[in-house]
Amino acid sequence: MAYSYGDGELLGDMTLSLPAGSFYFLTGPSGAGKTTLLKLCYGELLPTAGQLRLFDKDVRALDRDGIAELRRRIGVVHQDCQFLDHLSIADNIALPLTVAGQSVAGAQDNLAELMSWVGLRGRASALPPELSGGERQRAALARAVIMSPDVILADEPTGNIDWEMSQRLLQLLVELNRMGKTVVIATHDLGLIRAAKSQVQARVLRIAGRRIQQAGADL
Amino acid sequence: MRDVIHLNKITDFIIGDAQAERAVPPTGFTARLTLFAAAVMAFLAVFALALSVSAARLSERWASELAQSATVRISAPQGQMQASSEAALVVLQTTPGVASARVLSDAEQRKLLEPWFGPEMPLEALPIPQLIEIIEDEEGLDAEALRLRLLGEVPGAVLDDHARWRAPLVAAAARLSFLGWFSIGLIFAVMGAMITLAANAALAANAKVITVMRLVGAKDGYIASAFVRRFTLRSVTGAALGMALGVAALLVLPTGGPQDSLLSGLGFQGASWLWPLAIPLVAGLVAFGATQAAARRTLKELR
Ligand SMILES: Nc1ncnc2c1ncn2[C@@H]1O[C@H](COP(=O)(O)OP(=O)(O)O)[C@@H](O)[C@H]1O
Ligand SMILES: [Mg+2]
Repeated sequence: MAYSYGDGELLGDMTLSLPAGSFYFLTGPSGAGKTTLLKLCYGELLPTAGQLRLFDKDVRALDRDGIAELRRRIGVVHQDCQFLDHLSIADNIALPLTVAGQSVAGAQDNLAELMSWVGLRGRASALPPELSGGERQRAALARAVIMSPDVILADEPTGNIDWEMSQRLLQLLVELNRMGKTVVIATHDLGLIRAAKSQVQARVLRIAGRRIQQAGADL
Repeated sequence: MRDVIHLNKITDFIIGDAQAERAVPPTGFTARLTLFAAAVMAFLAVFALALSVSAARLSERWASELAQSATVRISAPQGQMQASSEAALVVLQTTPGVASARVLSDAEQRKLLEPWFGPEMPLEALPIPQLIEIIEDEEGLDAEALRLRLLGEVPGAVLDDHARWRAPLVAAAARLSFLGWFSIGLIFAVMGAMITLAANAALAANAKVITVMRLVGAKDGYIASAFVRRFTLRSVTGAALGMALGVAALLVLPTGGPQDSLLSGLGFQGASWLWPLAIPLVAGLVAFGATQAAARRTLKELR
């Protein structure tokens, strides 16, 4: 497939397939198109040429409701978290359940467990702007996994948090991969990739010059 | 929206999902605008409705009075009264447009005169003309032709179709009733337009909320219903308030005076008091439709 925002091709003629249960890093210089590729992967953007299949379905054939259902199977940690600032952290984390029409009251135990898993047990009623960068990233991860999706996409999840915190987050993502979930992390943090390689069989894709390439094993 | 609306769907709609409600933040001024607009429009609708209903009632009553209020008045010397009356009846029976004609009894005539002379008046002592009441059929009678015939055949007989002056009033009352309904239509159209404006403002103010809800898998129908529910309930509430105020204002309107006056007769009678209850319901339907359309349109544009 290929993608362009209108002014020249950003991603040109790339062929890629992500097998279920794999762990990928997506790297490349800033502006290379990492976020764009992730947006293609959860149906926010449609390829401008070629074909993109998500869960074996052609995205172009999906209507908006189809895309919405697709997103319930793909958990996304957005670069800028995308919280609703008027809702508490707990309500934000439960939002995917709410909009899917599922009972949040019935998922309280699940929610509490998830919040302590990401280390936010005492912060349930805090509003998003009251959280630190690391807390926000972990809350975003909790929201991404509350629907038990098959795929987790994380866009620069360690972008503005310290090393220790990014290690905790990586650990959570590795844990999810061990549970059988496909994980894709966009990052330009090579330290994070190195740290991951000791824990999980991670593959590294690099976007450069409109192309995607499998990065060497020497990273 | 293809499936049938069941009662439990309506109750679900009214009770709603508190959790879902909170996803869309309170929409300050649009809430107040909707409530206010619905209340004012409902208040006006009560009066337009009262006008329509009263005018229709008057027009009906006048029309039925008109149909039976021609009379023939016979003035004749005491001895010839009977003969003249009979001659007039013969003429009337062969006049097209006359359904029936009847000589009024003394008692009836006395009753007609009572308001002017009082009950004690010895009417026998007065040379009172005899009255014949004519009931017209649907075609109506040709007053001029009848007048000429009476002039020739029954001296002293005069056709009096005094109620005829009311014919334009009947038409006017009917027209007024129509204008009342037309105004009600306009009132609800304006209500729909205001609610559309308010809903559009609320949707635009919540573009970011809509984006986030979509990112976590919300369908358009779900997002739209959060807005539709709010605006519908608010409009019904506002309209109920406005309707109650309008009805209260009608209740304290001075009554009495002649029965057939539009001014003192403005209002509802009997079962027609139920009419205003339809106003909040219609307001709810209008709000539902307007918000639904606004939400669908906005959600389509916000890709
Ligand atoms: N909505 C958009 N419209 C036009 N250009 C865009 C848009 N989003 C991103 N871009 C451009 O596409 C390029 C890649 O952006 P992005 O995918 O965010 O890169 P990365 O995440 O790798 O830093 C950048 O040059 C950016 O300016
Ligand atoms: Mg990016």
